[in-house]
Amino acid sequence: MHQVKLKILSNTALTADIYRMWLQAEDSDACTALRQAKAGQFMNIAIKGCYLRRPISICDIDDNKICIVYKVVGKGTAVMSAMQAGELLDVLLPLGNGFDLTPAGETPLLIGGGVGVPPMLMLAKRLLEQTEKANVILGFNTKKDIILVNEFRQAGCNVTVTTADGSEGKKGFVTDAMSDIQHISYYYACGPVPMLRALKGRLTAEGQLSMEERMGCGFGLCMGCTCQTHEGAKQVCTDGPVFRSTDIIF
Amino acid sequence: MDNRLSISLGIVTLQNPIIPASGTFGFGLEAAKLYDIDCLGAISIKGTTVLPRYGNPTPRIAECAEGMLNSVGLQNPGVDKVTEEILPKLREVFHQPIIANISGFSVEDYVQLAEKMSREEQVEIIEVNISCPNVHNGGMAFGTDPKAAGEVTKAVKTVSRKPVFVKLSPNVTDIASIAKACEQAGADGLCLINTLLGMRINLRTRKPVLANRYGGMSGPAIFPLAVRMVNQVASACSLPIIGCGGISTAEDVLEMMMAGASAVEIGAANLVNPYVCRDIVEQLPGLLDQYGINNITDIIGCTTK
Repeated sequence: MHQVKLKILSNTALTADIYRMWLQAEDSDACTALRQAKAGQFMNIAIKGCYLRRPISICDIDDNKICIVYKVVGKGTAVMSAMQAGELLDVLLPLGNGFDLTPAGETPLLIGGGVGVPPMLMLAKRLLEQTEKANVILGFNTKKDIILVNEFRQAGCNVTVTTADGSEGKKGFVTDAMSDIQHISYYYACGPVPMLRALKGRLTAEGQLSMEERMGCGFGLCMGCTCQTHEGAKQVCTDGPVFRSTDIIF
Repeated sequence: MDNRLSISLGIVTLQNPIIPASGTFGFGLEAAKLYDIDCLGAISIKGTTVLPRYGNPTPRIAECAEGMLNSVGLQNPGVDKVTEEILPKLREVFHQPIIANISGFSVEDYVQLAEKMSREEQVEIIEVNISCPNVHNGGMAFGTDPKAAGEVTKAVKTVSRKPVFVKLSPNVTDIASIAKACEQAGADGLCLINTLLGMRINLRTRKPVLANRYGGMSGPAIFPLAVRMVNQVASACSLPIIGCGGISTAEDVLEMMMAGASAVEIGAANLVNPYVCRDIVEQLPGLLDQYGINNITDIIGCTTK
């Protein structure tokens, strides 16, 4: 973990309430932090007017630039959405353990639901450096919520989109699109707990799940973000956010 | 030159008054990866119970203006794992006094914990947590009644081989009466304050933010209240006090010591800036110069009545 300053390059709306922010590493410490960051890890951002930092997953890294995609859900993310290019952010990163790419096999399936989609983009790019093919299912509530589909396609992924109301792509949840996929060697997923629980129930392959929890510190001090696993209580911030699907108890 | 930052808590001497507060520093092992924690005065380790505890359901964390609420509920691996597996690891990276924070649901629990923890090498102080607001039928129940506080203190004192500091709750009408009860029961020192019971409500769901409804409030928002309570207790008792509650800067440390504390615990600030304790230790000598203070002990309790 490094405590670094990152400069905002851009901060633009992707939907009515989801924003994409690109940040630049300004010094060597920040560049080191970006080089060390793995898909599935997150950063914890200090925000003026908020006491606690805000943990946001990493969506993409391009050399010394890093991208986050976040939804405005409260005071902290509302402040973030009004931030301007040029502002410096006090950031702790990389945090958490990230996805393990080694068990992916030849035809991994990546599943993202809602604001669980962003970390899957960096994972897809890293996976495609080692495999030929990556199948991706991205689930949203409705057409207006859809994000990053083009980015996944440009990266070379085979993308299926689902919407709960059928306003775009296949109607239903991500699990409704799984029968279209021929072979699943392994899977990776990030999204709401009901989605993760359904995936674990449906898929026979093993996989990794990225969990979300309200955090105090983000680096293992406060025991705020605990989840139950077959190996006992684990911290989402330091033991996770990525866990093996077989470890998690829903 | 003598160490200008050195202070004593009764028979225990610390190289400086900076102590990360229990529950905001784990068992020191995470922070040890970030900086050399030997720069600290002491560490108050995560509140330990007889049996392992998962703690409360999540969400356990909420925010407020200049502070936060937590309802962790004493998640810890239990005293046996702490003494057998965790303390040996801490001793590899930390060579200053360890303060063992113990929490029970009965007087017998506290006695058992004090017996085990006070036998541990490098544990120099037993911090009796009678003020955790996040567990039912225990913790704070002992800290809100002078008689019960006195009984726990007395029982722990009989078995402890190390000085006993009682950690007090601010969720009382008259904290000085609880402090005096602990003093009369033989406490070697006091630590105050623990968190204040608070609540946040989500406007959209119309439900409490914390799964456990209420949680302990901490952070800069409670600092003036903590200073006042330390001052009241310091004026009513002659025991050494570890001041705690919302301390975030080196200036806050001096203010808390002027209120009557001999050392301080720093809690919520660690969660925002993981380096805050180290930073404060580094800033203190310059700050002493700025305010014309020779040794930090010169200011302890300079405002008590």
